Amino acid sequence: MTRNLTLSALGGLFVGTAVLAFPSMAQAQGQLTVYCSVQEEWCRPMVEAFEKDTGIKVSMTRKSSGETYAQIKAEASNPKGDVWWGGTGDPHMQAAEEGLTEEYKSPNMANLQDWAVKQWSQTKGRTIGIYSGALGFAYNTKLIASKGIPEPKCWADLLDPKLKDEVQVADPNSSGTSYTMLATLVQLMGEDKAFDYMKKLHKNINQYTKSGAAPAKATSLGETTVGIAFLHDHVTMIVEGAPMKAVAPCEGTGYEIGSMSIIKGAKNLENAKKWYDWALTPKAQAMAAAARSYQVPSNKDTPIPPQSPKMADIKLIDFDFAKYGSSAERKRLLAKWDAEVKNQPK
Amino acid sequence: MKPKTAPETALWWLGLAIASYCLLPWYWIDLSNGLNVTGWPVGASGSALARGIAGSKPWLLTLLLPLGLAALALMRRGQREHRGALLALAGALGLALLLAQGFLIGLKGWNAAWAASLFGGNPTQDGLGFGGFLTLFCFLLLLCEGLAMRGFCRGDAFIVSAIGVIVTTIIIFVFFPVTRVLSQAVWGPEGWIFGTFITKITDRSIWGLDCLTSTLNCGVAWNTVFLGIFVGVMCTLLGLAFALIATRTRFPFKRALTLFSVLPIITPPFVIGLALILIFGRSGVVSNLLYEWFSIPRSRWIYGFTGISIAQILAFTPISFMMLIGVVQGIAPSLEEASQTLRASRWTTFRTITFPLLRPGLANAFLVGFIESLADFGNPLVLGGNFEVLSTKIFFAVVGSAVDESRAAILAMVLLGFTLLAFWAQQAWIGKKVYTTVVGKGDAGLPSPLPRPIAWLCGLVTIPWVIFSLALYALILVGGFVKALGRDYTPTLQHLTTAFKINLDGGPIFTGSAWDSLFATLEVALLSAPLTAAIGLMTAYLLSRQSFAGKRSFEFGTMLSFAIPGTVIGVSYILAFNVPPFELTGTGLILVICFMFRNMPVGVRAGLATLSQIDKSLDEASLTLGAGSATTLRRVILPLLRPAILASLVYSFVRAMTSVSAVIFLVSAKYNMATTYIVGRVEAGEFGIAIAYSAMLIVFMLAVILFIQLAVGERRLGRRALSTPMPTS
Repeated sequence: MTRNLTLSALGGLFVGTAVLAFPSMAQAQGQLTVYCSVQEEWCRPMVEAFEKDTGIKVSMTRKSSGETYAQIKAEASNPKGDVWWGGTGDPHMQAAEEGLTEEYKSPNMANLQDWAVKQWSQTKGRTIGIYSGALGFAYNTKLIASKGIPEPKCWADLLDPKLKDEVQVADPNSSGTSYTMLATLVQLMGEDKAFDYMKKLHKNINQYTKSGAAPAKATSLGETTVGIAFLHDHVTMIVEGAPMKAVAPCEGTGYEIGSMSIIKGAKNLENAKKWYDWALTPKAQAMAAAARSYQVPSNKDTPIPPQSPKMADIKLIDFDFAKYGSSAERKRLLAKWDAEVKNQPK
Repeated sequence: MKPKTAPETALWWLGLAIASYCLLPWYWIDLSNGLNVTGWPVGASGSALARGIAGSKPWLLTLLLPLGLAALALMRRGQREHRGALLALAGALGLALLLAQGFLIGLKGWNAAWAASLFGGNPTQDGLGFGGFLTLFCFLLLLCEGLAMRGFCRGDAFIVSAIGVIVTTIIIFVFFPVTRVLSQAVWGPEGWIFGTFITKITDRSIWGLDCLTSTLNCGVAWNTVFLGIFVGVMCTLLGLAFALIATRTRFPFKRALTLFSVLPIITPPFVIGLALILIFGRSGVVSNLLYEWFSIPRSRWIYGFTGISIAQILAFTPISFMMLIGVVQGIAPSLEEASQTLRASRWTTFRTITFPLLRPGLANAFLVGFIESLADFGNPLVLGGNFEVLSTKIFFAVVGSAVDESRAAILAMVLLGFTLLAFWAQQAWIGKKVYTTVVGKGDAGLPSPLPRPIAWLCGLVTIPWVIFSLALYALILVGGFVKALGRDYTPTLQHLTTAFKINLDGGPIFTGSAWDSLFATLEVALLSAPLTAAIGLMTAYLLSRQSFAGKRSFEFGTMLSFAIPGTVIGVSYILAFNVPPFELTGTGLILVICFMFRNMPVGVRAGLATLSQIDKSLDEASLTLGAGSATTLRRVILPLLRPAILASLVYSFVRAMTSVSAVIFLVSAKYNMATTYIVGRVEAGEFGIAIAYSAMLIVFMLAVILFIQLAVGERRLGRRALSTPMPTS
C-alpha cells in the first residue's frame, strides 16, 4: 500500500503546485500590463500615478529594452504584455520593423518635440519618442589632474596617446548605446574616416564593456579615466557626488530617443491607449526628474530638469534613425566593426 | 522475488482519470481573483465531457475511447499479460490523443495546414487546466501499470511508474523547449538555412586560435573550455581539501569552516565580482595600498581570465565541498585500517585506498564545477573585460543590439557539445570499477588520519582562502551600509530602508520597494527545493539501482538543462510554454518548473556519488524480507542518502534564490524575482541597494539552510568518532 500512497502523494504534489501557482494573466476589464524599460524607481511612481488617475490596475514588469524586445518577439504568437514604455528607441524600432507593435495616433501628439514625431512617422505610427538624451563622454577629474592630461573636449582629443588604455566604451554588439556612437561617428565623419577614427581609438580603449552605462560607473570609481556613454548616465553619477565632468563633444554628437509602443495583439488595447495618451502629458513626463533621470522630455510643456544636459549647448547631428535603425545597415556596420576594429591588435 | 502488481492502483488511477475528465475544469482558468467557476459545467470552466457533449469542443469526446479500453482491461477476466497489453494500449492512446489535440488545435484555430484541410472548420482552445493535466497524468500512469503487468522491471509498478513520470516530465520540460530553441540554428523564418549554419558554426570568432601566436584573443569556444577546465580542477581540489580537513583532521574550527564555505553559494550573483573589483580593481583597496606603499602601478589584471576564474572558484568550491564531504565520510575506515595493518604507510594508504575510492566523488565534483563555469553568466559579465565566454555571447545574441537567434542557437549547441564531452570523459574515468564502501555490516574501523604533508597542504590552501573570503564578505556587508562603496564611506541606513521599509502604523505594511520580490522569491524557492531534491534523488536511485533500456540517454537527458545557458532556457520556455497545450507563462508555476529541471542535475549527481558507495545487498536484504521497492527506498536508502538530500535541498533552494539569466524572461509583475530586482539596481548603478538587498538575502538563506540541516539530520554510519577514546567494554 505504501507505493500507492507514495504515488498518490506525488500526484497530489503536482496538483498542489498547480493550485498554488495562480496565473496572473491580465485579462479582466480594468487591467493593463506594462513592460517598463527604464529603471525601477522611475517605473513605479509612473504606475502608481496612472492607477490613481484612471483606476486601471497595472501589472508592471521591469526589464532592459533588449530583454523586453526578445520577450515580445518570443511571445508574439500569444502576447502577454499590452504596452512597452521606455528604453532606448533602437529595439522599439526593430520591433516596429518586424510588425510586433501596433499603430496608434494619440490625440496628445500636437505638443511633442519634432524628433518625437519624426520617429513616429518613420515607424509608420508604431513607436513614439518620450524622452531623449545626447551621447557624450565624461572624465574622472581626479585622474585627469594627477596624470596631467589636458581636459578632452572633442572626439579628436580622445586619440591623445597619453590616454592609452584609459578610455572605456561598450561593445556595440551588445549595447545600443555603443551602437549609437558607431552610427553617430559614421554620420558625423563619413564611413571611412569614422572607421579610421575608431581604429585609432581602439589603441586607447581598455575595455569594451557589455552594458552601455557601465563606462559611466567605471569612470565614477576611477577604474577608467574616460568613459563614453549617454550624458544623462554621467549626470546621474555626478549628482551622486562622483568626481566627474560630462562633455558634449565639440564636433557634434548623436542622441537616443527613449520610446513607447503598443504591443500588437494586446489583450487590453483600450487601456494601453489610455496609458499611451497619459504618458505623453507633461504631468507624467515630469516624474523623470524625481526619479533622478535627467533626459529631455518629449512634450514641449514638460519642465526640463535643471541638472539635464542643456540640449541648446550641444551640437546635435541630424540622426537618421530610419537608415541606421534598420537591421540590414546595423548588421553590415557591426560586422565591419568586428572585422576592422575589435579584432585588431593594439 | 516478484512483487505483486496491484491492479487496485490501476483502478484508482482510472477512477481519477474518469473523475477529472467528467468533473474538473478541462482548460486553464484564471484564479487570480478567487475561484471563479461561473458557467460550470459547460462554460469556460466546464469539464471535458460536458463541453464535448455541449458541442463546443467535440474532439474531447474521442478521449472516451481510451478510458473505455482501460476500464475493459481492468474489469475483464483473462491472462494478466493480455490485460496488461490492453491497459498499456489504452494509456498510450489516451496520451497520444490528448497531446495531438493540444498541439494541433491552438488559440486561434488549427496549427497545421494539413489538419485544417483534413478536418475543416476553425476550432479553438486554451491551454490545459486541472482536468487536462490530471487526465494526462493518469493516462501516463495507466500506461505504466499496463507495462508493469506485462512484466516490465520485474513487474514492479512503482518503478515503472517512477521511470514513466520522470521520463515524461523531462521530455516535456527539457527536450521539448530545448529542441524548440535549438532548431532555430537550422530553421529560420525563410526555411532551412544550412548554408548560414555552416558559416556561422565554423566562424573564427568561435574557434580562432590567434592567442597562441599573437596578442589577439582566442575564439570564444576555447576561452570557455580553458576557463571551465581550470575552474573545475581548482574547485575539485579546494573542495577536497576542505572535505578532508572537515572529516579527517583535528582542525578545531570545523563547524565554522563548514558553515563558512557555504557563504559563497548563497551570495547573489554580481556581488562577488563587484567586491573583487573594489578590492583588486584599479582604484581598489589593495591596489591603492600597493601603489602608495610600494609604488606598484595600478593595473587592470582583475578583468579577464584571472578575475572570472577567482570569482567562479569562490562561488563553486562550496558545491564540490558539499558533494565530496559525503563521499569522504562514506569511505569505510576498515579498508584503510586493513591497509595499515599490512604495514602500508599513511601515505601509501591514502594513495592506494582513500584516493581511488574518492574517484566517483572527484569526477562528479569536477563535472559540476566545469558545467557551472560554462553556464555562469554573472561573473563574466562583471569581470570579463575583453575575455569573452559563450554564456555572455549567447545572452547578447538574444538581447544585444544585434539580435541573432540562429547565432544564439549555434553557440548554445557548441556549449552543449562541450558538456557532452565532459560527461563522456567523466564516465570513462570512473569506468566500471566498484566503489561500494557502505555495507550492511557495521564498520568498527577508525578513519585513518591524513598523511602529515597532505594535512599541511590542505590547511595551507584552505586557511588563506577562508581569510580571503572573510575580507570579501566584510566588504560586502560594509557596502550595504555606506553611502557609495568605493567612493564615499559615510555610514548610512538609507539603502536598507529604501528596500525594506516597514510601516508600523495600523499593523505592519511592507512599503519597501523590495518586499514584493523577496516574498515571491521565497515562495518559489521554498516550493521548488523539495520538488527538485525529490525528482533528482529519485532519478539517481533509478539510474544506479534499476536497469532499463535507454538508461544512458536518460542520464544524459537529466544533465541537458543544466548544461544549457540560462538565457537560452528562459527563451526556450517562453517559446514552448506561451501557447496551448501547456500555457504557463506569467504564472509562478513556470518558475518552479524551470528551477526544478534546471537544478535537478545536482541532486542526481550527489545521489549517484553517494549511492555508488552503498552496497546493493542492503536493498536486496530489505526486498528479500518482503518490503516493496518503495518501502526499501524510504526505510533503507533515504536515511543513508542524507548528505545527498542535504546537498540537493540546499543547492536547489539557493539556486532558486540567486539565479538570474534563466528567470529574466520568465518573471512577471506578480512573480518578480529578487535577482532581477538586484540586476536592475546594478544596471542603474545603485550598488548600495543591490548590496543591502544581497546582505538580506544572505541572512535569509543562512537561516533556511540551518533549518534544512536540522530537519534532514546527519546520517549515522557504523563509524566510531575520531576523537573518542576506545571503549573499554
